[in-house]
Amino acid sequence: MSFPNPATSVKLVLLGEAAVGKSSLVLRFVSNDFQENKEPTIGAAFLTQKCTIGERTIKYEIWDTAGQERFASLAPMYYRNAQAAIVVYDITKPASFIKARHWVKELHEQASKDITIALVGNKYDLVEDDTEEESLRKVSVEEGKGLAEEEGLLFFETSAKTSYNVNDVFIGIGSKIPEAASAGPNQIHQTNNDGRIDLTSDPNNRPRAAGDCAC
Amino acid sequence: MDENYDVIVLGTGLTECILSGILSVEGKKVLHIDRQDFYGGESASLNLSQLYTKFRPSAQRPELKGRDRDWCVDLIPKFLMANGELTNILVHTDVTRYIDFKQIAGSYVYRNGRIAKVPANEVEALRSNLMGLFEKRRMKRFLEFIQNYDEDTPSTHQGFNLDTNTMNEIYTHFGLENGTKDFIGHAMALWHTDDYLNDVARPTYERIILYVQSVAKHGKSPYLYPLYGLGELPQGFARLSAIYGGTFMLDTPIDEVLYDETDGVKKFAGVVTKEGTAKAPIVIADPTYFPEKVKKTGARVIRAMCILEHPVPNTGDTDSVQIIIPQNQVGRKHDIYIAVVSDVHCVVPKGYYLAIVSTIIETDAPHIELEPAFKLLGPRIDTLMGITEIYEPINDGTADGIYISKSYDSSSHFESTTDDVKDLYFRITGKPLVLKKRSTTEEESQDEATIGGL
Repeated sequence: MSFPNPATSVKLVLLGEAAVGKSSLVLRFVSNDFQENKEPTIGAAFLTQKCTIGERTIKYEIWDTAGQERFASLAPMYYRNAQAAIVVYDITKPASFIKARHWVKELHEQASKDITIALVGNKYDLVEDDTEEESLRKVSVEEGKGLAEEEGLLFFETSAKTSYNVNDVFIGIGSKIPEAASAGPNQIHQTNNDGRIDLTSDPNNRPRAAGDCAC
Repeated sequence: MDENYDVIVLGTGLTECILSGILSVEGKKVLHIDRQDFYGGESASLNLSQLYTKFRPSAQRPELKGRDRDWCVDLIPKFLMANGELTNILVHTDVTRYIDFKQIAGSYVYRNGRIAKVPANEVEALRSNLMGLFEKRRMKRFLEFIQNYDEDTPSTHQGFNLDTNTMNEIYTHFGLENGTKDFIGHAMALWHTDDYLNDVARPTYERIILYVQSVAKHGKSPYLYPLYGLGELPQGFARLSAIYGGTFMLDTPIDEVLYDETDGVKKFAGVVTKEGTAKAPIVIADPTYFPEKVKKTGARVIRAMCILEHPVPNTGDTDSVQIIIPQNQVGRKHDIYIAVVSDVHCVVPKGYYLAIVSTIIETDAPHIELEPAFKLLGPRIDTLMGITEIYEPINDGTADGIYISKSYDSSSHFESTTDDVKDLYFRITGKPLVLKKRSTTEEESQDEATIGGL
């Protein structure tokens, strides 16, 4: 497969309460896989996936929280130069929706101004067969849409389990990211992009595989 | 919160975070706590309001451009040696993924009242006005001796034994002038006193080799610096630890330390915090968490953060430099260091320069001791000064399970920090630290998924 343009890198960060399915969403997007009863995130917190939208190829560098959100201990490094964020909540857990508001606020404070944020209500599979009278759903579509409109966010309901709408999230974000912003992961300091040192460049060290991330 | 861990780490300074990361990767269950609400402890980089709260809580601050977080001011001024041990650890743990590095543009040394660039290659060395023509030849012969020295080939030793001969004896053999000795010992071997002269030559030999190899790696200077400041380093290793299962709790003071007592020996057992009780057989901590278990080394460091609106005069308007003022040149016992970084390192808004001056205090008027450095910097918008006591643990930790790191010293690089990391690792695990390359296959997908039509 060939791409007309070199892929532009986009740093995407995940946020949301524990156990809402942040890692599962990414796993579905990156590997088209889903694991029931997935353990809390261990050992897999830097994933990359290319995504072609029309003429553009975007290489998502996806940062998982690695559990550091649990005791409010996410480092400034996490938000640094993120061009996109996915704020995830569980549509069967109202507390996770309240937490989502908190993360959106946090992003407005910590991240760059022009960050593209998607609000994602996950675990749609749990409510698809519900009847009007009896539903596990605790956060309505309207509530989600309302918050998204208020804050200028993209909005999706997804299921990492059935893969419903998952790719659409990443395509939606990719389409909204301005062309200029995706020039590099550190677009804020675009003028300073040159002169970076690759610590692993020494021939005595391992050679970097083609397509490997140079951060 | 879980109650049982293999290790509890207190403080998120660089030493603690490297160990936290390495132990998590090795499968240890780590709980990492900091009483403050930011990463880095004594080795943090502070934003503008954190900086002024720490150094000047009540007084006014000058009008400065940029948002709070556009400023990342290091509490300890250090650079990475390009071929040094911290670089090695960063590469082996893949923490390089989270941090971008830039070179420090040049290294300068003060001599006879002015500063001169430390030559980074032979062309620069020939052009340098640091020494006369004949001295340059002697210097060249000395450096050839250092570079050609091969342990297994006695003919390269020129009759010297690095483990018995002193550095002074070697200098004398090559007929080097005092100024040249200053230059080699302080600007290349990076000793900050002259004590090394009468010690055996090997440590100095190793330091010169490290310097030369570090310069050779990327040119210009031997030093590297992380974008957004040194505080990125502990954050990067904390992230590594978290990825491998480490639990992080900031803004969490320690309410009580728990001990088990058997046969009159008190051993560490756990800590109590607002989140509850956490137990572990051992704890790694910076000196501030166990003040009764550390002692003063006697050395006190003064550090002055200077905000400038211009590059340092006589450095060719470079964006970053290190300047070393060897002690002999200004009638002192300890060198004065100046570390300068700027907006290209994303630590200040455009137009500003940050110069951190540091030395070991020798008199009752430490701020006056820094005058020779201030003269080189030109006008300063503001200067924030702090004095730090250097602590080290009283015991090695094996008896009570409390392993304490040393304070960050006044050296200009991280070699003593990584020595402490290795030493602590050995005391904790009983085996030397061997760095293995982190496997990346499971966490990265290079498959190209074409979605969305084309």
